[in-house]
This record gives sequence, C-alpha cells and structure tokens, in this order.
Amino acid sequence: MAYSDKVLDHYENPRNVGTLDKNDPHVGTGMVGAPACGDVMKLQIKVNDSGIIEDAKFKTYGCGSAIASSSLVTEWLKGKTLDQAAEIKNSAIAEELALPPVKIHCSVLAEDAIKAAVADLKSKQPA
Amino acid sequence: MELLQRNYFELLGLPTQFEIDLTILDQHYRKLQSEVHPDRFVTASSNERMQSMQIATQANEAYQTLKNNTARARYLLELNGIETLEESNTAMPADFLMLQMEWREAIDDANAAKNVSALDALLIEIKQMAKALSLNLNHQFAEKAYTEASESVRKLSFIDKISADINRAIEQLEN
Repeated sequence: MAYSDKVLDHYENPRNVGTLDKNDPHVGTGMVGAPACGDVMKLQIKVNDSGIIEDAKFKTYGCGSAIASSSLVTEWLKGKTLDQAAEIKNSAIAEELALPPVKIHCSVLAEDAIKAAVADLKSKQPA
Repeated sequence: MELLQRNYFELLGLPTQFEIDLTILDQHYRKLQSEVHPDRFVTASSNERMQSMQIATQANEAYQTLKNNTARARYLLELNGIETLEESNTAMPADFLMLQMEWREAIDDANAAKNVSALDALLIEIKQMAKALSLNLNHQFAEKAYTEASESVRKLSFIDKISADINRAIEQLEN
C-alpha cells in the first residue's frame, strides 16, 4: 500500500519522539493499543501554569500511519488548552495525512491517546 | 441441508465450548471433508453438488477458526453476542500496554544486535503468557465471565501479532 507524502514525512522524520516524567504533576500520560493490529501508542503532554500545553512527546510501536498520526498530533497539541486538545478528532488527523480507510483506526488510536493523556492530567490536578 | 444452519462446533461434531480436543477436531474435519468431496458428487444433481461445496467451504472456515485458541474464543464470544471490538476499542490495562512497549523495545534491541537467542528467549516468555491466558479462558468460559474472556482475547490478539513479528525477525536474522 502506498503511503501519502505527509505520512512518509512524519514516518521518516518523526517529531517529538521521547518521554516526559510521568510522575510530574504537570505531565499527563495516555497509553492505548489496538488489538487488531498490535499497535501500542504512548502520548505525553506537559502543561504550564496557565494550563497551556507547552510540550508533547510520543512513543509508538506500529505501522507508518500510527507513527505519523502520533507525530502529527504532538505538533498540533502544543499551544492548546486541555479542552482544545480533547476536541481533536480522528477525522481531522486522517484527512491531514490522507489515510486510506483501512488505516483510519491509526488516527482513532491517536485521538484516544490524547483523550487518555488529558484525563490522566486532569486526575492529577486539584479540582 | 440443515448442516449449513449449524454453528462451527456443531458442524464439526464438537460441544460448543472453549475447551475442545484438537485431535477429535482434526478427525471430524477430515471425515466431513471426505463426505462432501466433489468426487462423490460427480453423478449427483447440480443442487446437491452445490450444497456439498458450500459445506466443504464452511467446514474449512470452521476448522481454521476452531483450531486456533484466539479465534475459537472470539467466535464463541460472538455466539454469545459479545464483540471483542479489536479494531475500535483502544483501552487496555496500562501494565499490559507497558509490557507490550518493553517487548517491542527488546525486539528492536535484539534486531540491532543480531541476537537470535534473545529473540528466542522473548518468544518463550510470550508463549508462556499466551498459555496462561488460554487457561484463564477455560475458566472464564466455564463461568460465563464473558467480559473477562473478551479481555483475554484482546490480549491474545496482541500476543499473536507480536509472536508473528518475532518469528519473522528470527527468520530474517537467520537468513
């Protein structure tokens, strides 16, 4: 199957690969996996005192589309509030990367990872 | 023909349950295939020929499904109205996903070091986990604990995939 240029670009030059300290109260970690393809994705976000995401890192084991989806969202997440982050939809990821229908689930994985990271961060913050 | 209405277990003369005797599965499958073999239907009506072919196809699907632990458990859940949602549900226990990450990292390291014995050792560890999950499935189906059984299938799905990836990596290193 042919990957789009954007997928190839993110796959060959992934942005923001790495790890943040998951014990940091300003860091939220989301881990998700898709049994059907065996892909595993870890997405971490770090917020500043104003609640803006200032850093995002990912580590993904999976196909090119899964890596590109997570790489792309780390770029999109920076500068957003948590509520804005949680609004990112898999359809927008799939459209940006021109994912074929069989690879839509890779973008779902990225959307779910964002939601999990935001939920983790919110659970750490005093209500 | 009523054979076509039966579920895969019934078609192959097995009780509809997770724990099955794979030797009996083999025997019943071969027997059924020989009964519906096209050679036996040379002089039969076109209707009968078609039906025998449909049964042969279904017997093959049934056999492929039942002989594999993961596929058999998934099918049995389906018969009980439970979908495992392996495409769409991405929530898995965090410790299990961490373990997947560690295994994937170990594969990368072993590949980089061309270390086949490290891959062999990892495969053994993973097979042990698969075996434990299959044992869990015995109990879970016996107790009709379908939610737990569904989670076991979802874990086995990861394990089947990573096992295949390791076998492929070993093959490539050995060539």
